[in-house]
Amino acid sequence: MSATDVEAIRKQTRIYIAVFIALAVGTILTVAVAQFQLPVALAILVALVIASFKGSLVAAFFMHLSHERKVIYWVLLLTVVFFLALMFIPSLTEWNQRYLPR
Amino acid sequence: MEIPYTVEPRPDTGVFNAKLGIWLFLASEVMLFGALFSSYVLLRTGAPPGTWHHGREFLNVPLATLNTMILIGSSVTMVMSWASLKLNDFKKYRLYLGLTILAGFGFMIVKGFEYGHKFEVGLFPKSNTFLAIYFTLTGLHGLHVLGGMIVNGYFLGPGAKLWKTQPERFANRIEVAGLYWHFVDLVWIFLFPTLYLL
Repeated sequence: MSATDVEAIRKQTRIYIAVFIALAVGTILTVAVAQFQLPVALAILVALVIASFKGSLVAAFFMHLSHERKVIYWVLLLTVVFFLALMFIPSLTEWNQRYLPR
Repeated sequence: MEIPYTVEPRPDTGVFNAKLGIWLFLASEVMLFGALFSSYVLLRTGAPPGTWHHGREFLNVPLATLNTMILIGSSVTMVMSWASLKLNDFKKYRLYLGLTILAGFGFMIVKGFEYGHKFEVGLFPKSNTFLAIYFTLTGLHGLHVLGGMIVNGYFLGPGAKLWKTQPERFANRIEVAGLYWHFVDLVWIFLFPTLYLL
């Protein structure tokens, strides 16, 4: 391995530590916000925004998605489409019960 | 027979085969956990008003916070074990992977205490719908942690022999094991607030 590669890996390890600190802060923030007893919709929104931010950090840096090959992004794009379809099932069920004749 | 593209990237995909393989597997895992998560939302929104039990009524938030910290810490040690191999430092690799496995044990022990306490006070999956989905999701997640520990244990023990003969191939295996481990961490990042706090 060349000297530049070694330097790049060393730089990455410093980023990993920074990401860990950000994840720990995010965790404390999640618990702290929960103490405020926000209205349900807002509490869900805040918790999911923080969780998504933490998840993105894990995916981008630990899972190296910040610099990955196209084929992996395509696989993930397809996954996201199907995942979103899954997440809409509860809403679809509700609309179905509300608007469709029995 | 030689397995192709374990080190060099396959020309048409640009990645070594195991990396595409693990991402396809993780895609299927997203659907597995996604389906259960969607069920959780459906069960919760569909429950008659005032009948839903919330996690915070039964669950131990400080213990789960501790477990969150343990798991994100283990993700750092996992990625550091891979980086150590890239830096040709096998001793550090063993140290970091050992710490990752230890963190896995820590997580499972804390989870065991949580489960044990629930059972002691008579809270089971059959007790209410929340606990049913809670035990399903955390149980499945716990099995994933266990699976990751077994794989990592193999790479710390007998599997590490490959380092001597094919170091790059071995580093790729650790990267792939790491991708799985980080995914398990990622799932927990979403399970923790949605089950324990909301």
